[in-house]
Amino acid sequence: MSIISIRNVTKKFVGITAVDNANIEISANEFFAVLGPSGCGKTTLLRMLAGFETPTKGEILIDGVDVSTMAPNKRPVNMVFQSYAVFPHMTVLANVGYGLKVTGVPAAETRRRAEEALEMVQLAHLGERKPDQLSGGQRQRVALARALVKRPKVLLLDEPMSALDAKLREQMQLELTRLQEEVGITFVIVTHDQDEALSMADRIAVMQSGRVEQIATPELLYESPNSRFVADFIGKVNLLDAQVTGASDHGVTVDVAHLGKVTVPHSGGVQGMVSLAVRPEKIRMTVGRPDSGLAVQGRIVDWAYYGDTSHIHVQPANGPPMSVTVQNDTRSTIESGEVGDQVWLSWQADDTLVLDR
Amino acid sequence: MKVLRRRVDPLDYAGRIWMRAFFGLVFILLYAPVVLMMAFSFNDSRRNIVWRGFTTKYYEKAWNNDGLIEAFVNSLTIAAINTVVATILGAMVALLLWRFRFPFKSAYEGFMALPIVIPEICMGVAMLAFFSRIGWPTGMPWPLNLSAITIAHIAFSFPFVAIVVRARMAGFNRELEEASRDLGASEWQTFWHVIFPYMRPGLVAGALLAFTLSLDDFVITFFTSGPETVTFPVKVYSMVRFSVTPEVNAASTVLVVITLIVAALMLRVQRQGQEGSP
Repeated sequence: MSIISIRNVTKKFVGITAVDNANIEISANEFFAVLGPSGCGKTTLLRMLAGFETPTKGEILIDGVDVSTMAPNKRPVNMVFQSYAVFPHMTVLANVGYGLKVTGVPAAETRRRAEEALEMVQLAHLGERKPDQLSGGQRQRVALARALVKRPKVLLLDEPMSALDAKLREQMQLELTRLQEEVGITFVIVTHDQDEALSMADRIAVMQSGRVEQIATPELLYESPNSRFVADFIGKVNLLDAQVTGASDHGVTVDVAHLGKVTVPHSGGVQGMVSLAVRPEKIRMTVGRPDSGLAVQGRIVDWAYYGDTSHIHVQPANGPPMSVTVQNDTRSTIESGEVGDQVWLSWQADDTLVLDR
Repeated sequence: MKVLRRRVDPLDYAGRIWMRAFFGLVFILLYAPVVLMMAFSFNDSRRNIVWRGFTTKYYEKAWNNDGLIEAFVNSLTIAAINTVVATILGAMVALLLWRFRFPFKSAYEGFMALPIVIPEICMGVAMLAFFSRIGWPTGMPWPLNLSAITIAHIAFSFPFVAIVVRARMAGFNRELEEASRDLGASEWQTFWHVIFPYMRPGLVAGALLAFTLSLDDFVITFFTSGPETVTFPVKVYSMVRFSVTPEVNAASTVLVVITLIVAALMLRVQRQGQEGSP
């Protein structure tokens, strides 16, 4: 059963439609991510769940109750804000206990539960500190404890990692996943960082200009995106313009500038101009012509070294440049090519996606 | 070995000798009269010109001057009432301007700040004309006889409070308010537990400002005070009209000290406020 049902929700501000007819069902105990570029409406969606915005149309149900117009302090959800919003004039313990105090929980119980919550985020020793004596990572843990102490049905997280450095971010991602399993609460996280969404979430909704483009597991989203936008937004992708010339049970036959006529697997009918999509890491780069698969010859124009991988741009004789990701799985890999070399790029027809333009 | 001279940048003006000498001169001209006044309040002489030895008898004399003490009590009473009312009024105006959007908001903001820019003498004349036109009752028992002066003081000091509090609120993170609501607090609980503590340094600074403005105001008070409602600055002025006696010096010294204490408190509270904000 869904804990959150977002049904035909539209939010219009003066002049713009921030969220356009969104439909999302989130089930209990799920770690759900809303992913999209800035200005796509993901934060507005989260704020409607928290109660800071009211939908223009549609309805939002939390645990079967219509909360579309319910005040934020009446909802069984709590939020971790982007700025953490830790109250600067209160101690850490007072911050965590605040949500209990204002709802009339007795002082002794408030203190006990606040201390428990601080323990959960490993800050039990800092209860008497003021927020300005904490690091950014510690402040975020306070915000987390403060939200979780209320035992909400849903925890909302608004870009929680954006202010942390790379190392701390990775650590917090692991910790959030651990916490979510520990407390068994539904987490809804809003982020523009695809790595964050892919590594933490059970399912991801990708949004663009107010519309939900696709809702799927990270694996499906990456390997079977249903649109050019999703393919391009999640990870890197090579998009090749192609003309459909025929279809059969095995797939569709298309005419591509790079390759000539090729047949790639695809179910469902397509016509006219389409895009062929292939991920850079699915492409092999060889000096000699490969025996099987789809192959293109070209010249290396750029070689970017990233330590574990190298990203290489290859310019075929005709058509746009293609990018290839090579795993540097031996120490000598970096010596295997140079800018200006002629190489062959090849990949399997199975790794090719056909997308509408 | 070549000695390197420190380079003086254009904005590093305190690094120039002649500028420092100029600062020193300004400093002397600014504070010498005050120091002199304080020193001569201890002068054992009817005149203010020649030093004749140390005495505190003029403080005693000022203390025993019933008219002076009455004026002093009047001033403190007016200042106290003014501080309370102007602070509440100013804080409400500041919250209105900070929180809400409404038609003609910028026009309202401009009009609200008018008492700050209008010349005091004009305010004084306007207040006099206003109170006599509507026939504001005079000759009421104390402290009601101070009402006209108090109203005039509130009118010119609340915009200062509003501006100070508004400036403080400009730095408030609205997510704090949302976090409070999200955690289950009502609007009122959010105001008292989250917004008010943030506002407090601005309120204290504004209140002290209103207090000192009221305590030493002469021009507006002069126009709104009657014969039996004399405030301290007005009383000092009337005493000076005969001669500048050490008694006047003594009374003025007391006022300077009070103002200094209040100003020091104000600075301290503001510093605490800066430490308390994120």
